[in-house]
Amino acid sequence: MSTEVLSLSVLRRLEAESIHILREVAAEFERPVLMYSVGKDSSVLLRLAQKAFHPGRIPFPLLHIDTAYKFPEMYAFRDRVCAEAGVELRVLRNEPALAADANPWDLGTVKCCGFLKTQGLLDALRAGNYDAVIGGARREEERSRAKERIFSFRDRHGQWDPKNQRPELWNLYNGRIQPGESMRVFPLSNWTEVDVWRYVAQEGIEVVPLYFATEREVVRRGGQIIPAGAKTRLLPGERSERLLVRYRTLGCYPCTGAVASSARTVGEIITELEQTRFSERVTRVIDHDQDGSMEQKKREGYF
Amino acid sequence: MATGRTGADAVQAREPDLLRFTTAGSVDDGKSTLIGRLLHDAGAIYEDQLAALRGKAPVAGAALDLALVTDGLRAEREQGITIDVAYRYFATPRRRFIIADTPGHVQYTRNMATGASTADLAVILIDAQLGIQTQSKRHAFIVSLLGVPRVVVAVNKMDLVGYDAAVFERIRDEYGAWAARLGFADLVFIPISALAGDNVVTGSGRMPWYDGPSLLTHLEHVYVAGDANLIDFRFPVQRVVRPDQSFRGYAGQVVSGVVRPGDEVVVLPSGLRTRVTRIVTRGPDLDYAFPPQSVTLCLADDVDVSRGDMIAHPRNVPVVERSVEAMVVWMADAPLAEGRTYMIKHTTRTVKAACGKIAYRVNPDTLHREQATELGLNEIGRVRMTLYQPLFVDEYRKNRATGSFVLIDPATNATAGAGMTIDRRASPAPGDVADGLQVATNVFRQASRVDAAERARVLGQAPLTVWLTGLSGSGKSTVAHALERRLIDAGRACFVLDGDNLRHGLTRDLGFTPQARRENVRRVAEAAKLMNDAGLVVVTALISPYEEDRAMAREIIGPERFFETYLAAGVDACERRDPKGLYAKARRGEIPDFTGISAPYEVPAAPAIELATGTESVEQSVEALFAAVLRRVAQPR
Repeated sequence: MSTEVLSLSVLRRLEAESIHILREVAAEFERPVLMYSVGKDSSVLLRLAQKAFHPGRIPFPLLHIDTAYKFPEMYAFRDRVCAEAGVELRVLRNEPALAADANPWDLGTVKCCGFLKTQGLLDALRAGNYDAVIGGARREEERSRAKERIFSFRDRHGQWDPKNQRPELWNLYNGRIQPGESMRVFPLSNWTEVDVWRYVAQEGIEVVPLYFATEREVVRRGGQIIPAGAKTRLLPGERSERLLVRYRTLGCYPCTGAVASSARTVGEIITELEQTRFSERVTRVIDHDQDGSMEQKKREGYF
Repeated sequence: MATGRTGADAVQAREPDLLRFTTAGSVDDGKSTLIGRLLHDAGAIYEDQLAALRGKAPVAGAALDLALVTDGLRAEREQGITIDVAYRYFATPRRRFIIADTPGHVQYTRNMATGASTADLAVILIDAQLGIQTQSKRHAFIVSLLGVPRVVVAVNKMDLVGYDAAVFERIRDEYGAWAARLGFADLVFIPISALAGDNVVTGSGRMPWYDGPSLLTHLEHVYVAGDANLIDFRFPVQRVVRPDQSFRGYAGQVVSGVVRPGDEVVVLPSGLRTRVTRIVTRGPDLDYAFPPQSVTLCLADDVDVSRGDMIAHPRNVPVVERSVEAMVVWMADAPLAEGRTYMIKHTTRTVKAACGKIAYRVNPDTLHREQATELGLNEIGRVRMTLYQPLFVDEYRKNRATGSFVLIDPATNATAGAGMTIDRRASPAPGDVADGLQVATNVFRQASRVDAAERARVLGQAPLTVWLTGLSGSGKSTVAHALERRLIDAGRACFVLDGDNLRHGLTRDLGFTPQARRENVRRVAEAAKLMNDAGLVVVTALISPYEEDRAMAREIIGPERFFETYLAAGVDACERRDPKGLYAKARRGEIPDFTGISAPYEVPAAPAIELATGTESVEQSVEALFAAVLRRVAQPR
């Protein structure tokens, strides 16, 4: 040991905390599930789950609530990575809503999210009878998430009551629930965006190429740079253009803005984030569609 | 151990580390504004968030309402209050910070306890206009109860009292005298204006009478690395990992102490002994593991181990308890009542328990004990819980992880209470011989009725620990005893704690490995602290070669009483002198871990005084030291 101080790096401390949380879930719940949404946080969560249960397999399935509006690159990445990791991936969509042509252009983002994400999620959780749902949300992301517990109680309807949360002391998580109730669990609560990227770098974790800058066909709309793929509807007077951009977060392509960036590697992304003056979710249209948007969505059952 | 693979993950010299702190204050003391200010001035609020705040300002161009940054819920923004704990994240080049912003309303005391439970430090706000409120005392009490060792009292709204030094000093003296009973290792007062920014991130030109650091500077530099308990190995088993016949391991987090392959261990409650064969991770196996690493241990024998069991070293085990004595913070509407049953979650173990006798309830405003047969919402008391299954506990003050538990109401599943054990009896593990580090009974901090200032007045001196550090042969013992002579002759009450002499008694079970040296320093520092508390001037003579250990001693004794004295004689001079013939032996390889020869000596970066004992005479050194010490001792504060 000589004069070396036995002290873990910040990343290793975060990792140890997350692994502890994942193991508590596996030990205390009957039917846990890990929400996998293909983005960088999901990639990190998957790696942490692999570490937590090594040399065993991850003792719960992954669940992707697919709105059908994700980027094509995300579907390809999801299927390949989950196959390589040998994990069980369940994919569910709100088929009735999609059959009725639910889309953000006609419904508006609030209703579209309500149908395809929140309702899709609640239906899937009910169908799977899951009692613990692990998500990659971080407290740093958004101010109502800053108030979230690591083990966050949900009533029979999947609703969050932020004014009546269980006290959470030390690392003693109270996972006790009645049948029908459930727990949302957030192992990445204390991670920041740059922690996620530093961990991606340290561990060599693969992420969707959409995070890296390249020239992409986009359209400027309401202060955002929206991808202009084949299916994107252009409004009257709009014209698409090619710009050097990357995505800082990944959601549905109609509602996810790109950022002007030349960061083509993980290292360049970290450098960019250390200097940025804008928050991570500034490009997520749905965070800004009403006052207290995220809180309202969370109360109803959204992650 | 220097070759340990884990070494790659250990913090490098200048890599930022992590500080978790919590904030507390009464309604309108300006907590949220302070955090908003810290984040804003530290550049941690983004442009889009600022733009959103500007949009909310009542009049264009009016000052930003920084509190809006942290008030995350709509009801909070509407009512202008903080309802629930909010966690915030920011970083400077020196440190990463996690803030738990907790509300000050009396009905939300439970949230304060939540924020304090994981904090290294607490910032308590006091409104300079209003002075010390009932709530201010309650906050300090909860912070001390939750074992947060460091407190910064931020006297806020100095702008509204004209930046008047007298206002600050009155609050500092009154609150400091009151808080002395709570035994914080480190209590610092800083005059600030969260609204105007004075002394929050940068200093203030408007308070030239204050020469201390800004709040952020203090938070960046306060020493916390010594908090980890690296002595008592505790491994609560989370899960058994058994993917196939060929592998069986036990997953968990090292909550304290250090474990290595080959270590003999005992499994509680069975008491079975075995050896650790591997420390498994998804990467290569580890050569050792320490807190808070999450690992998987493999054991030599196929012993019966399951979730909720505890693995420890056989000579240093927690107490196996059928009942626990604890301070409990009650957090539910339905009161804690004698005779009721609850679930206790302690480490990874959940057991049923009945509430036994409630010894007393503490009035957090006066610290007086009151008779009680139940504890209501937000009340705090000393409770005995009778356990249906044993728990493996340590005293909370020694081990936060194995001394803490939560109480769950089995009817509602609500987290109804938080407990901190205060009792530790010397009861050996089943089948074990009581030969380990067993600790005395009924360890509970009793507040003294006599305070330090009173003792100082009686003795006419301010207590001080003159901590001598230097190589073997640098003259520590000689200087220590000569200084003691001079001080006694000058009418000062003084005592020498000599490392070599103590090794015949207080520290005779310790060797010279880095861990043993650290424990040696810790014990001597605790002894010095007691003597300082009794009013004495203490002179210690220990090699104390590691900066980290001396920082720990400073922390234990208190920075204001710690007078680090470096005897700057080099190896050459000391070896020429070699009064005990030790260097000669060390050169022949007869003494392992000999400082200066086969173990390192880390020169103090900023000692209070440096003595050239290698070149000047003992008399010269002692006179210089005596003069410096007398200046500090002669003025009781």
